[in-house]
Amino acid sequence: MKLKGTQILLKALEEENVDVIFGYPGGAVLDIYDELYKSTMKHILVRHEQGAVHAADGYARATGKVGVCLVTSGPGATNTVTGIATANMDSIPLVVFTGQVPTGLIGNDAFQECDITGITRPCTKHNFLVRSIEDLAPTIKEAFNIARSGRPGPVLVDLPKNVMAAETDYDPANIKIRNYEVTHKPAPKKMANVFEMLTSAKRPLIMTGGGVILGKASAQLTGLARKYQIPVTGTLMGLGSFPGTDPLWLGMLGMHGTYYANMAISHCDLLLAVGVRFDDRVTGTIKTFAANAKIVQIDIDPSSINKNVVVDLPIIGDTKATLTDMINFLAKHNYTYSPADRQEWLGQVAEWKGKVPLTYCQNGKEIKPQYVIETLHKLTKGNAIITTEVGQNQMWTAQFFHFDHPNTFISSGGLGTMGFGLPAAIGVKYAFPDKQVVDIAGDGSIQMNIQELATAAQYKINVKIVLLNNGYLGMVRQWQELFYEKRYSHTDMTYAPDFVKLAEAYGIIGLRATKPEEVESILKLGLSLDKPVLMDFRISREECVYPMVHPGESISNMSLGSREMIN
Amino acid sequence: MEKKEHILSILVHNKPDVLARIAGTLGGKGYNIESLSVNTTTQYEISKIVMTTVGSQETVTRIENQLQRLVDVIAVDDLTNVESIHRELILVRLNLTADKKEQIKKAVDTNKWKVLVSADTYMILEITGDHSQIDFALVRLEPLGIADITRTGIIALNLEN
Repeated sequence: MKLKGTQILLKALEEENVDVIFGYPGGAVLDIYDELYKSTMKHILVRHEQGAVHAADGYARATGKVGVCLVTSGPGATNTVTGIATANMDSIPLVVFTGQVPTGLIGNDAFQECDITGITRPCTKHNFLVRSIEDLAPTIKEAFNIARSGRPGPVLVDLPKNVMAAETDYDPANIKIRNYEVTHKPAPKKMANVFEMLTSAKRPLIMTGGGVILGKASAQLTGLARKYQIPVTGTLMGLGSFPGTDPLWLGMLGMHGTYYANMAISHCDLLLAVGVRFDDRVTGTIKTFAANAKIVQIDIDPSSINKNVVVDLPIIGDTKATLTDMINFLAKHNYTYSPADRQEWLGQVAEWKGKVPLTYCQNGKEIKPQYVIETLHKLTKGNAIITTEVGQNQMWTAQFFHFDHPNTFISSGGLGTMGFGLPAAIGVKYAFPDKQVVDIAGDGSIQMNIQELATAAQYKINVKIVLLNNGYLGMVRQWQELFYEKRYSHTDMTYAPDFVKLAEAYGIIGLRATKPEEVESILKLGLSLDKPVLMDFRISREECVYPMVHPGESISNMSLGSREMIN
Repeated sequence: MEKKEHILSILVHNKPDVLARIAGTLGGKGYNIESLSVNTTTQYEISKIVMTTVGSQETVTRIENQLQRLVDVIAVDDLTNVESIHRELILVRLNLTADKKEQIKKAVDTNKWKVLVSADTYMILEITGDHSQIDFALVRLEPLGIADITRTGIIALNLEN
C-alpha cells in the first residue's frame, strides 16, 4: 500500500514505540502537523523549540527511552541546537525531526531555509537529510538505532517538505539497516588483571559516572561495592547510580565535590572508574589527580579512554556486561580483601567525613538554599525526580539531595545549559505523572525558558519549581567574589519579575517564602497541590557553594568557605 | 612525546557528507589535516580516505578514536606503524620560453620525467613518487620556471594484510 511521507513518519514512530512528541509547528512541517491532527500520537506543544528538546531530553533521561522532537525549518531548527548540544555532551538518546524546504530549493536561501545538518554535525551523534521518499522509513529506523545503541546520543533527521508529500510503499518488516549494537566481548585477561590489582590494593575506590546510569548498571555497581566494601564517589552525571544514603557513598567529587570524596580520590591506591570521562570539573589539575592510584577505566566508548587521564587498565565495554563479568570473575576466583586493610581505609574515609562534613551555616535569619533542598529531601523522603537548572542551584542539589536511585537526577552536566530544568521537568513529569517531579531552579536560569510554564499549565503537567532566588547569577557572582575582588560585573538580577504573580499570570500557583520558618510549610503546601506550582524562596543572597577547588588546582586543595562551615 | 607524520587509511560509507564529518571531527578538535586523498573503492558504496596528520602517537590514537565514533566510518588504520608504500603525484606546466627551452628538454630526458602534453609554448609533466622523491623533483623543477603545479595528497597501501 502506498503511503505519504507524513503517514510513514507517524507509522515509523509507532514502530519505535514512541508515545509522545515534543514539538512546535511551522511552515515546512504543516503537512506533518496535518497528519498529527488525524492521528492518536500524543504531542506536547512547547513554547520554544529549545524547550521541546530539553523536554524530550528529560523524558529520555528519566525513562531510558529515546526522546522525540518535531520542529520546523530555519529558526525552528536552529532553536534546537542548544538542546541537541546538551544531549550530545551527556550522551542522551534523542531523535530530532526538523522540517526543511523542498529539495529543489535547498541551497537557494529559500524562506526559513538553513543547513541544519551542517550546523548540527559537530553536536549530534549523527544526522540525516532525507533526500527521497524511499529513504524515509530506513532513515528513521537507523536514526533510532543510532540514538540508543553503544554510547547513546542525539540524532537529527531533516525532512524536506516535498519528500514528506511524496508517496511510496511502506513495509516496516522489510527495512534492512546496519547493525549499530556494540557486541560484548568478554575480556578474561583484563578481569585477571583487575583481580590482581584489587588483591594488592589497600585503598580501593570506585568512581561512578553517567555511563553506569545509561548502561543500566547501577545494581551491578552497587553489588560490587557492597560485597567488597569499596567506598564509592560519583561524578555529577553519576548521581543516583549508587545509593546516596549508603554509608559507602562519599558524595560527588571534583570542583564542588565533598572534602572526603576529593581526599579519597587523592589518597586511594586503586581507582575503578566506571562510565566516566574525567571532565576537567572532576579532575582539577590532571597532574595530581588520583596520583597515588592505579586506574582501571570501564567505558563503552574507546574515545573516552586516555583522553584526559592516562589509565593503567582500560576496559572497553558496556558497563553492565563488564561489571557482571567482573563480579563473576571475582567470585569464581574467591577474591577476598584483608579486613584489617579495609577497616583502616574505611576508617580513614570516616575520619575525613567527620572532619569536614557537608554542611552550611544556618543563621536563623535568612533562608539558606541548602536548607530548602534538605527539607525537600526530607518531605519527599528522597522519592522524587529532581531536575536542575545550572549553577549554584545545581551544585547545592548535587550536594544536599541524596539520590538513591538512577534516572532521578536530571541535569545538564557537560554543556551546563541554563534553562534546562523547567522543560526537562515537563518531559519527566509527562513520563511519570504519579511521581513528584521538582525543578530546583535559580532565578537566572529559570528565566531562560520561563515560557514553558504555559506548556505545564496547558497540559496540566504538575511540575513543582523550587526557585532558589538570590537575585544574582549566583555562580558567576561567586567567581567574581572569589577571583575578581567582588566586582559584580552584570550579575545582579534584582530587576526581575514578581515570580508569584508571573506564575499566576500563567495560570499556575505561585508561593513565596522569605523566612527560614516558612520553608517547610511552603514546600509541604506546594508539593501537596495537584497543579504546577512555583515556590519562590528568597534565599541568602551571597551564599557560596563550598567546598570549592579553585580552577587549575589539585582537587585535594579545597576552599571550605567561612570557618563556621567546619563544625 | 615525539611528533611525526602519520598516514591514516580510513574506510567509510560513501555518503554525501562523510568527508565533511571527518574534516569537521579533526578541525573541531584542533587537529590539522596535512594531506588528503579520497576515492571510491572497488565497491561504489565504500570509499577510502588516505589522510596525513602530524602529532604524537598519543594524539593520533585520539584522532583514530574520534574517527571511529563516526557512524559512517568502517575502519581506521595507521599505516605509519606497519610496512606500507606511499605515493604522491604532481602535474607541472613548464613554459618553453626561449631562454629555458633547451634546459627543460635536457632535464626531462635526464630525469626520465613523463611528458603528458608537449606543445610549442609549454609542456605538462606527470611525476609520481613518495614524499621525498616529489620534494626532490620540485628542487630540480624550480630553476626551470614552474608556471603551474598541482600535487595530490599521499595515497598509501600496506604491504600485507
